[in-house]
Formats: sequence, structure tokens, C-alpha cells
Amino acid sequence: MKPAPFGYAKARSVDDAVALLARYADAHLIAGGQSLVATLNMRLSAPRLLIDINALDELKQIACNGETLTLGALVRHAEAERSAEVARHAPLIAQALPHIAHPAIRNRGTIGGSIAYADPAAELPACLLALGGTVELAGPAGRRTVKAGDFFKGLFETALGPNEVLTAVRVPVARPDSRYGFAELARRHGDYALVGLAAAATAEGAALRDVRLAFFGVGATPVRAQTAEAALERGEDAVAALARDLQPADDVQASAAAKRHLAGVLLRRVAAQLTGTRA
Amino acid sequence: MTERFHDIALTVNGEPVHERVDARRTLVDFLREDLALTGSHVGCEHGVCGACTVLLDGAIVRGCLTLAVQCDGARVETIEGVADSGAIADLRAAFEARNALQCGFCTPGMLLTAQALLAHGGVPSREEIRAHLSGNYCRCTGYHAIVDAVEAVARGRAGRRK
Amino acid sequence: MKIADDVPSSLSALDRPNSYIGRSVPRPNLARLTEGRAQYVSDVTLPRMAHVAFVRSPYAHARIKAIDTAAAKKAPGVIAVVTGAELAQVITPWVGVLTHLKGIKSAPQHAIAVERACWQGEAVCAVAARTRAEAEDACEVVAVDYEELTPVTDPETALDPATPVIHASLGDNLTFERKHEAGEVDKAFAEADAVVATTFRFGRHTGVTNEPRAIVADWNPGEARLTVYQGTQAPHMMQNLFAKHLGLEEHQVRVLTKDVGGSFGIKVHTYADEMATVALAKLLKRPLKFVADRIESFVTDIHARDHRIHGKIAVKRDGTITAFEIDDLTGIGPYSVYPRTSGIEANQVVNLVGGPYKCPNYRARARVVFQNKNVMCQYRAVGHPIATSVTENLVEMAAAAIGVDAVEIRRRNLFPDDAYPCASAAGLKFEKLSHHASLDKITTMMDYAALRAEQARLRTQGIYCGIGFASFIEVTNPSAAFYGVGGARISSQDGATVRLDATGAIFVASGVTEQGQGAEAVIAQCVASAFGVPLDKVRVITGDTDNVPYGGGTWASRAAGIGGEAAWQAGKALRQNVLAVAGSILQADAKALDIRNGAVVDADTGRERLGLDEVARIAYFRPDTLPPGFQAELMATRHYVPRAWPFAFTNGIQASWLEVDIDTGFIRLLKHWCVEDCGTVINPQLVDEQVRGGVVQGIGAALFEHCVYDARGQLLNGNMADYLVPMAGEMPDIEVGHVVSPTADSELGAKGAGEAGTAGAPGCVVNAVNDALRPLGAKTITEIPLTPDVVLSALGRI
Repeated sequence: MKPAPFGYAKARSVDDAVALLARYADAHLIAGGQSLVATLNMRLSAPRLLIDINALDELKQIACNGETLTLGALVRHAEAERSAEVARHAPLIAQALPHIAHPAIRNRGTIGGSIAYADPAAELPACLLALGGTVELAGPAGRRTVKAGDFFKGLFETALGPNEVLTAVRVPVARPDSRYGFAELARRHGDYALVGLAAAATAEGAALRDVRLAFFGVGATPVRAQTAEAALERGEDAVAALARDLQPADDVQASAAAKRHLAGVLLRRVAAQLTGTRA
Repeated sequence: MTERFHDIALTVNGEPVHERVDARRTLVDFLREDLALTGSHVGCEHGVCGACTVLLDGAIVRGCLTLAVQCDGARVETIEGVADSGAIADLRAAFEARNALQCGFCTPGMLLTAQALLAHGGVPSREEIRAHLSGNYCRCTGYHAIVDAVEAVARGRAGRRK
Repeated sequence: MKIADDVPSSLSALDRPNSYIGRSVPRPNLARLTEGRAQYVSDVTLPRMAHVAFVRSPYAHARIKAIDTAAAKKAPGVIAVVTGAELAQVITPWVGVLTHLKGIKSAPQHAIAVERACWQGEAVCAVAARTRAEAEDACEVVAVDYEELTPVTDPETALDPATPVIHASLGDNLTFERKHEAGEVDKAFAEADAVVATTFRFGRHTGVTNEPRAIVADWNPGEARLTVYQGTQAPHMMQNLFAKHLGLEEHQVRVLTKDVGGSFGIKVHTYADEMATVALAKLLKRPLKFVADRIESFVTDIHARDHRIHGKIAVKRDGTITAFEIDDLTGIGPYSVYPRTSGIEANQVVNLVGGPYKCPNYRARARVVFQNKNVMCQYRAVGHPIATSVTENLVEMAAAAIGVDAVEIRRRNLFPDDAYPCASAAGLKFEKLSHHASLDKITTMMDYAALRAEQARLRTQGIYCGIGFASFIEVTNPSAAFYGVGGARISSQDGATVRLDATGAIFVASGVTEQGQGAEAVIAQCVASAFGVPLDKVRVITGDTDNVPYGGGTWASRAAGIGGEAAWQAGKALRQNVLAVAGSILQADAKALDIRNGAVVDADTGRERLGLDEVARIAYFRPDTLPPGFQAELMATRHYVPRAWPFAFTNGIQASWLEVDIDTGFIRLLKHWCVEDCGTVINPQLVDEQVRGGVVQGIGAALFEHCVYDARGQLLNGNMADYLVPMAGEMPDIEVGHVVSPTADSELGAKGAGEAGTAGAPGCVVNAVNDALRPLGAKTITEIPLTPDVVLSALGRI
């Protein structure tokens, strides 16, 4: 399958990218392209113009200011995997990254691309949601920050406006009382998850507070299982509570019933990670 | 600035290349059809099978998910260049001795991906080898001989480094 | 040439000095493949070559009311836009029937659909353009006016009166029906101590060859010759078909296979879009290339294995199996594929169920019905995985029902190793098999007792591991009984030509073909051994109808057994010819000479008398020095076809050791074993690797692969992300062992081995999963693929 024809422009700055998006209808940004080019090849998407932002060095930083870890949108998955700062300050993301596809994909795919594309079975959007992070956007009206909880709106639909560029994601750094858990079930190594769970909490003695359970692969967006979160904080059976939080649909890989069941299994396993006990 | 056709200048296997490309041309089609470097193969065009794996600025990437126009100023290496350089002579010999290839279609991608793992050094476990190669589809071998070959080369290189 | 893992030639009864028979010599053409210098058809470019793309029906069943090509013809780069009706002037349709499948019927199929599209993905219009991308652009502006028709998508109701008949001229949707009965089946079931009856479901699969189907067709009007580059397994068959349907003489057609990026049976069939490409090349008088992209491949490469089987087994308390019965329903596509027919797979299922067992009572019915889905036809191990799964699952279910161990029930029922020659209840004639020796060998290899102990120990810890077996027989080295007797121009014989070149090297041309299994290497080993030269002196060509003997190609695991035997005989014949020349040069008795290690020697002492280069020099350049009346013949051709047995059956057994995560329904394959008896093993490493590759294909069937159609005949998962093929991360290590029962139907005694792995793997993985879950009271699983849904349902967790 060959893509439909399109024009191509290299953005020289974020503002330039924003201006190009505003000037040309039916234009699309290209960063790592690992999802976009596949959809172009299959003609599932046929924009008239691709705006390449790969040269924008301003989007490539990994920076920590003590409170927040900032990952520029163009940080490649592979770079984040190798980063000591990500390992130290965002261990949940470090744990998730090796599950993303395969090395050749991770060498090109970007953090910003994964968040902006928002595949419902992807790891990083769920991690962002679990960490309570934020997304930085640049548009014609200037820069703005959107909370993770407000960013993922529907199937492949985010708060990113048609003329906006995602410039960075920010997550709170891990503290000594931070607890994280991650698990996903995929039929084959590197596949999109049938069901996955990214979780964060704060330890308070033997208990957990501020529990954030972000499931992926169970809905149009990553889903916070808030009833289960509350149950965990109260030390109660969270799996039973999960039935209220998740309404997955059947898909080609697994039925809704299987996904609900598997979500419960993952919850048990991740809860054990959060509390540091064996599942 | 927003045209379909662009001039690109890059090096491919150490040789300077100047071509005019349609923006929609993937890197692997560019290599195969514009430069007649047919050692990289097209198996799916959705980035899943790994047959199109090439090196872009030293890192393995999917040639089907990279646009040629994005490679202006880049250094691209294909199986032809890497094989000719001798850098994977031991890997090729191990594959050949163990029949870790049958039809050969996945082999260039498999070799470049294995080389990327071996470049980390050490002796990965069989599970680690399998996990690293899990993005390279082989229909012929069933993978066992490939894992044997990569494991043997890892041991060989680790032994030589002592 | 380095030789890896030498295996002593105790595997071979053949006694030639420096013989390569039984040796794991590396294949000579591998360096080319590892340095990226192979030449696949998808790599071929010719001057002025154009590219074809097809407009394909989005509907499973639709009348084509009109096609407006005006806009497409004006699109950039377009050379021609051609509809089915226009192309029908150049190429005739075909019907996939053979006379030995009694009653099989099918409708004519055109290269491009003419009035009706009968499956989602069937081509309705072709665009030839300068580039593939431009052809695809133009396809998007071809306007096809479809009238949707009701699709037939459920095999269970395909024969109901209320269901539309896809081809009115055929009267109903039945392609083929076969019944078989032997012994006293009803009596056996009535007198059984236990009867297990169940329904098996096998998901439709496809081959997913790494290199998609590719064809380059070049009609040269000046020479009136058609040259086709096609990665086909059977170039002579295709030569005949191109000529026949384009109104040419066979000698006007040349087919070249080049390197082939995987086939497994996918590339042995006749495809409408490939025939269309060839016809278009003739029409347009310029080279034309078609490469099926991956999305097209999923809806056009032949599918296989879509069966629903009601199966029954009768068993006595003492473990004797007294009857097998099956009722098989398989839904193919709207046409029986040409020329091998889509009835063969079901026919094989009837033939092969119960095959390893001496049970004389067997009843079978198989019905093949048309569907508005992609076409179905022979794919690696044709019918064997189905028949073996049904048989072996029933056997282990019966064992569980009467409380007998899985190995023990086989010991009591497999044909004894001294029973041969004999025939199965299905009428299959066996020359010599080794079911018991193979069973003994595998239980030793896997340390069965220790594994059972380990299983019990793990169960106490709440870890559920399973052991499953599958005994199997495999059809190899087919005689004319497979296709020829039905009227197909598919050759069951094969040939090899060997030639001593001017500097003493050997050139071989063989009628079998190479798709990566190592056919060329095996041919080289046979010639090098029979003639007497080091392997590096032998060069083999295959896959060129202009330059090889007329042959059948490679399929049904025939390359080593049939192609190898022809090469062996040709090597022997050339040796005699060369020794005649040498005897004449040396004034010695040719019978006292031999050729060893590339030189003419005294047979008694091995003393070197004359180099082969010297023999060649004299024969080619100084024939004036040879005696008058003596003509040197440094070239020999021999052919071979099996005559004593319709098929050279092989046998084997596989075992799977796995763990089921009873929380998630996920299966972890821990280890796999296969003991294979394929007669004389010419290259042990190549055979073992064929087995391993075949096993993984079978595991793909067991765990992952399924072409999922909806009720409207839409393929829901036709891409590499949603159709799951086995990747390295989930596959086990696979240990292979051998027993050797050579066939007496050839001097080499080699049978085939290419499909054994695929035949047995699905059955033994399913048996292992059921074995793991049995103590939990789970429902027995009889469907594949074994998805988490299937396992969790069986466990009652969902």
C-alpha cells in the first residue's frame, strides 16, 4: 500500500509549525511517524500536507526541576528508556517503555507522539493519567497546559486542537513514599495490550492514599478506576469494585467479559506491587 | 516549501546520494527502487514484520515507516553495506552454519536487529534474545536456530573481549 | 566448506566413500542471502516495466452494474485501465475440478470478475501505471456501481433451501462430498465401554509468507514469447496454464522462479490477479509487475483449514480403540481453486483420521461448501493438522474417560512396527512405519516419567502444566495418484540433468524448486555423493522451465524423495559415462575405476589416476586423441517417479509441555519435541529445521491464527497487527529426533519431511492444555486458536 500524495514541509520552530497548521487545511504533524506512516501507507489517513517537526531541538529535552520531570515531545522512547533521569524520577514510565512495540519502533517513536495519538491500548497515556501529569500545548492563542485527566477525550480524540502542537509532558517526580505498579497482558511481546494497568499511589504506613489506577485497552481512552481506587485506599476488595468502573467492548482479540476478568487479575497483581507484597 | 517533490542529500552505505523524491516515498522503497539496494525487504508496510529494518544514523528503524524525505542529511546503512563492512561476519557465519535462515527474506532485518542487541555487549539469555527479536517475523525457521546463532555469537564476542 | 554438526552416516544404508548422504552440510547459497544479494521476484525490474494495482470489491457478494474508468484513465502515470469483460478477450476462465474427486463441481472463474464479485477482495478492475503508487491513486477514482447481494457466510446453512445459491448453474452450494465406511462402525459404538463425541472447530488460516505473492510478466511480441517471473512452487504447471489460457503454445512460455521469500503452499496455486497481470502484459506489450501488498494478501492468498468436525471415538475398558467416526463440514470460497481443487483438503481429512491406529472400524463424511469468503486451498500439511488434531484429541479424551495414560493408550493401539505392509481403515497403504519406536524415542527424549512427576509437584503449588502428544502420519512423495489421475497436468515424476564442465565442476539442473527448505542443497548432496566430487564443485539450478528437466516442482514434501532420487540416478549415470571416457583414456577397465573426491581413482586402492579436469579437457578439446567410434557423453539426465506406493507415508510423534495461567487464560509453551521418521535423512540439519519451522506454524494455528469473518463476509482482522503470527518471544525450543525407515521404492530411501511439524503441532498443544486443566474440572477444549477467551470459558472464569 502506498500513501496518497501529500506535500511536505519542515518546521523551523514550534511557532513555525503552529503557523503552518493554521495556514494549510488538512495538514498533519509528523514526528516519529510510527503510527502515522502506517495509517498513511494503508490510506486510512490522507492529509494534504505533512509538517515535519523532527528538527525542533527545543522539544527534545529531558529536564528535572526537583518537583517535575519534563519530557520534551520529541524525546524518543529509546532515549527515555536509556535515561537515568527517567529511571530515577519517573520509574512508572521507565517500567512501561520496554512494553512499547519493539526496539526499531522505539528508536523513532516519540513520547509526544504516543500521547497525542492516544491509542486506547497504549501504555504512555495511561502512565500519564496514573501520574497525574500534564500536557503542554502550543497554538495560535499561545501556550497552555492541560491536565492528563482532561486531555484524553474519546477514541483517538484528545484536547489537542487542530492547529496546536504538543510540546512536552510533565509528571511529578517520584518521592520516597511514592509507589508504582505496572502490568499488561499482550498475546505477544510488544503487541498492543489486551488489558493493561498503570498505577501510582502514596504509601502511608501500611496503607495507600492518592491511589490512581489507569487501565488501558478497556475503553476509548485510558480509564481511571475510581471506585476500585477508593476500595484500595480503604483496604477493601478492589476487584469487586472494578465492575462499576470498566465497561470494555468486545474486540477481535478479546471479548468484553474476558477484558473485565483480566482487568481484575491485573488489579490484584498491581495492587501487590503497590503494597510491596506478593500477589 | 510545501511541495510534493524534494531534493535530498544523504549517505547510503558510505556513498553520497543526491535524489529528488516524492514526499510519500518510504525509505525502504527509495533504497530498493531508486538505489537498487534490494537487500532490505518489504513484508507488510505497517511496521510489524521487520523485514524492512535498516540503520538510520546508527540506530535500527523500520524502513517502511520512515519517509525518504525525512532522511535528508542522514546516514543510512543497509544489509549490503553492513555485510560488506565485515562488522557482522561472525553473525552471518553463525546463521549459515546453523541454517538460521531458510528463504532469507527476514534475514537482513534479523541480522541488523541481532547486531543491535549484540552491540550492548554481554551474553543475553535466550529469553532476552527472543524478546529483542520479537519484532522480526520469520515464517520458515521457527526461531530456534536463530536464537542458537545469536547466543553463540554473543558468547564468542564476550570470549574475545576478555 | 565448513561442516557443522556432522552426523554419522549410520542414518544411511548407502555406502559410497565421502558420501554426503546423512551429513549436515551448510547450504551453498546462504552467503548470498545473508549479504542481501538474493533476487526475489519482488526485486525484479525490467526495462519499461509498469505496475499493476487492482480495484477490489468491498462486498462479499455483489453484482457489478457498471464500471466508470474515465477519470482513472486520465490519472497521472496511468497506462491502461482494464475491466474483467475487456480482459476476458485475452484470457479464458478456468474451473477447479478434477475427475478423481467424484462429483466435485465449481463455476468458471475469470482473471478479473466479470459480472459479479463473489468475495470481499476479489479484483473487479485493473490499473497499469508507471508506479505502484500512481496505479493505486488511479484505483481510487475508478467508480464501480455495485448492487449488493446476500452473501453466503455460514457453512452450516450453506446447503439449506432458503440460502441463496452462489452459482445458479451448479444448483446448490455443495462443491464436493465424500463418504467412507470400513468395518462395523455401529456395532463398535454399541459395544464400546466408553464413547466420546464432540465437535471440533478449526479457525480459518492463511500463510502470511514473508515475501508476498509477486509476479513479473514480459510478453515480447517480436519473439512471440512470454517470460514470467513468479515465485511459484510448480513452474511447469504454471507454464502449461499460462499457455492454455492465453492461447499460446507451451514452448512460447518460460517461467522463472528466482529466490522465493517463503511459500508453504501459498504460491503453488493459480491466482486470478496473477493471471490478470500476465494477460495484461500480453495486452499492453510491456513488462508488468504485480506485488500483492500485505492487506491484499490477507484477502486473496488462499486461506485454509476452516472446518467444523463432529468426531466420535469408541473405546474398550482395556484401552482398545474400536471405532472412529467423523462428519466434516468445510466452507471454502466461491470457487474451487485451480488446478488442484479445493476438495483435496477435505479428502485428506477423510483419508487421514485414525491413520496411525490399527482400529478397523471407521466412518467418515466430508462436505465442502461454497462461501462468499476468500478462496481456500492446499496449505502446508493439507488436511493433516485437522485430521491429526481430531484423531489425537479424541484418543486422549478417550484415555481420560477410561483412566488410561496418554502414552499407554497409544501403545495399545498404534500399528505395531512389524505389521507392515498394511493398510488403514481409510484404505491408506503403508510400506513401513515406526510408530512404536518413535513413541519410545520421544518418551526417552522428554523423560516422560520425570515430566509427569514434575507436573504433579507443580500442581501442589497451584501451577498447572500439561503434557500432550500427537502421533501422526504424513503423505509425502506423491505418485500420480494425487493429481495426475484426476486429469491435472501436474507432474508426479521429476528429473535431473548433470553435466561435467570443462574444468571438472558439476552443473545440475533439477525440476524441483527451492523456497528456502534447502532443495538445492539436497540435490547437490545427492549428485556429489553419487558422482564422487566435493560439494563445492557442484552448482545446482532450479526454477527455470527453459533450462531444467520437466518436473513437478516442490510440494507435498516431494523434493528430497523424488527430486533427490532423480539427481542420485543422474549422478550415477554420469559417473558411468565419465568412467567410460577415463577407461578409454587410461586404457583401463572402467569397472575397475571409481570417481572419488573429484578424481578418477583405482576402485581397489583409491590411487588417483586422472583428474576430472583432465577427463574434461580431453573429451571437450582433444577428442582426436580418443579411440575411433568412441563418443564421450559428459552429460546425463535421469527421471524418477514412485511406482510401488501411491504415497510414501512417513510417521512421527510430537509432544508439548506447557503451562496455563489459570487466572489469565494465557499459555506459556515450555518445550516441544518431535520424533520424525522420514526414511533416509539426506541432510539432518535441514530436516530438523523443516520440522522446527513446521512446528511453529502449527503452534501459530493452535494459539494465534484466525481469519475472522463477520456475517456479511467481511474479513475483520486482515492485517499484521490483528492477525497474529508466531513471533520469537512466545515460541519454545524444539528438540527433534529421528527413527529411520527407508522406502524401498527408491535407492536413496528418502521420504519427505517438510510438513510433519505442522501436521502434529496443533493437536499436541491442545492435548497439553486439556491435560493441564483436567484436574480443575474444566470443559475439554476442542477449538483453536486457544485464545484467552477460549481457555477462560473452559475454566468457567467467564
